[in-house]
Amino acid sequence: MNTLRWSTFAAPSRFYALVSAVNPWLWGLAIVLALAALYIGFFVAPVDATQGNSYRIIFIHVPAAWLSMVLYLAMAFWAAMGWMLNARMASMLARAIAPTGALFTFLALWTGSFWGKPTWGTWWVWDARLTSELILLFLYLGYIALVSSIDDVVRGDKAGAVLALVGAVNVPIIYFSVVWWNTLHQGATISATAAPKMAQTMLLAMLLMTLSFWAYAFAVVFTRAQALAVERERHTDWARSLAGKELQ
Amino acid sequence: MAPDATLHTLACTDLACRRGNRLLFTGVNLEVRSGRAVWLRGRNGRGKTSLLRLAAGLAVPESGRVSWGGVDVRRASVYAAVRVYIGHANALKEDLTVLESLQFLARLHGRAHDRASLRAALERVGMESRRDAPVRTLSQGQRRRATLARLALERQPALWILDEPYDALDVDGIDVVNRLLHEHLARGGSVLLTSHLPPGAGAPDMAEFDLDRFAP
Amino acid sequence: MSAAFTAVYTRDLRLALRRRVEALLPVVFFIVAVSLFPVGVGPEPQTLRVIASGVVWVCALLASMLSVANLYAVDLLDGSLEQMLLSGHPPTLIASAKAAAHWTITGAPLVLAAPLIGLLLDMSPAALATLVAALLLGTPILSLLGGVGAALTLGLRSAGVLLILLILPLTIPALIFGSGAVGAVDSGISASGHFSLLGALLIFTALIAPLSTAMALRIALE
Repeated sequence: MNTLRWSTFAAPSRFYALVSAVNPWLWGLAIVLALAALYIGFFVAPVDATQGNSYRIIFIHVPAAWLSMVLYLAMAFWAAMGWMLNARMASMLARAIAPTGALFTFLALWTGSFWGKPTWGTWWVWDARLTSELILLFLYLGYIALVSSIDDVVRGDKAGAVLALVGAVNVPIIYFSVVWWNTLHQGATISATAAPKMAQTMLLAMLLMTLSFWAYAFAVVFTRAQALAVERERHTDWARSLAGKELQ
Repeated sequence: MAPDATLHTLACTDLACRRGNRLLFTGVNLEVRSGRAVWLRGRNGRGKTSLLRLAAGLAVPESGRVSWGGVDVRRASVYAAVRVYIGHANALKEDLTVLESLQFLARLHGRAHDRASLRAALERVGMESRRDAPVRTLSQGQRRRATLARLALERQPALWILDEPYDALDVDGIDVVNRLLHEHLARGGSVLLTSHLPPGAGAPDMAEFDLDRFAP
Repeated sequence: MSAAFTAVYTRDLRLALRRRVEALLPVVFFIVAVSLFPVGVGPEPQTLRVIASGVVWVCALLASMLSVANLYAVDLLDGSLEQMLLSGHPPTLIASAKAAAHWTITGAPLVLAAPLIGLLLDMSPAALATLVAALLLGTPILSLLGGVGAALTLGLRSAGVLLILLILPLTIPALIFGSGAVGAVDSGISASGHFSLLGALLIFTALIAPLSTAMALRIALE
């Protein structure tokens, strides 16, 4: 039996237990907040003077964009922690964040496209924010591709950490260069902050949606991390007893 | 142990090594002291090469530590100068000549790299006549000899970590290696090597270390 | 310490000289790739002039990324990389030497080939001069970033394509500033802003990339 030292997997088993306790609440919070945000955003907030009803997508688009960026930083942070402190659970958390981050990036792009269509008549517009989001999606996909391609999980975790850190350091530079590029070519702009006066209710809807996305992100990332923990620690007693319980 | 004695000693303490999801070995305690040679033996796949790489400081152990003179090998700046690692792969470039390849390695490791020294080293391993031949034209045994010429450049006592040094060598080649080992040990150097065949009669006295005992 | 840099650098150059045809393949690819655009887009000089700098930059990017995939792969296979990392010299220095060698072997020839391409795409002399200058600053950035990608994907099955996916997004600022410089000159404005940014980017990359490459190499060999 090839068991590793107990101390190296005490953290994953405790993490597993913690998540099992907390997740139902997170899911509940996510759903409730989302419903509230959708209701306010679609029914309560007033019609915009210039953009009519199509601007309502903003309160999905903006929170999704925010989350896509924050999640990337979180992913880089946890990957770095896992690498520097030799903490396996931190590395697993980083891997768990990546697909969700990519999803939010895609959501931001998709809703941005929906916004652009009625406003500009095209399904895609190369404005600074959308282009940056697209590049961010590539960064996420690159991370996922790299860690999946490396068979040895420890090497994969560490290489992913280097990539995520290099990406994180470059994100401000990339964003700056894209803004520069965009202003030079005077492309179309979809800017949340350019919306003349954000109705109070719209802000509220956006805030609620952001919190909902947060709760959802936590819940789904934790679940994924749980699955990773069980898979990696499958030779250990706690993981086996877990499987045993499920089979009963 | 007297403080002086640890200074030129490689010490593996409670070493464990992982490959993929398996542990190759655990709880390895091994010392290689100045003037001593250790023959690392074990069946295929037991982790002999992994242990050598850990000793060289290329890999990170799953647990335990490897130290030279009391300092962790991954951190010891003095270690690089007193360690010679020759792995399975010869580190010779196919498109360079024997002399050029050896010169690169000598320069890289801060050893004598003038033509005279290199030619003398190649002479010792019997490769001087092929010094201007591209490595890709050499046989396996000849390439091994060319790599081992690095050992003939060594002057000071150092730790030699050799992975299958006798591999692909003919009787003469084995003789050459053994002579180099004898000289090295006589001047206070130490050796840690693996060999799937027992070292023959001409080899210096070596302590045996059986890695099979440490499989989990 | 600089002895190690020189040793690695001259070795790589010597190896490239022994395989001259292979070393020039990226430049050939560059020329072929650029030539596809007039065929695909249409040969009207006005169109070509507009897309020229972008096309040249993207093809230079791709040529660079394709050739950098093998930067460490062969050294890994024959054991040279282990020796370099065991030499006691800082791995950052080794990474810098390898990137410098890659630029000398691949990047510099791309810069030299650029005027030829400029003629093919009917660029004005001013635009051409700007393009060459921008590539002179940009191609080292590509070699440095490529080194990071090569180290991260060392020994992996689809290392080449994976490297491109990982590194291309990071090269976008260089692409924007480099190509934008030519666009500026074409529109009659000064490109000094672009060049300053490109220069700053080069310095930044030169500080970050070798360090990241060194870390990735150690991780790959663990």
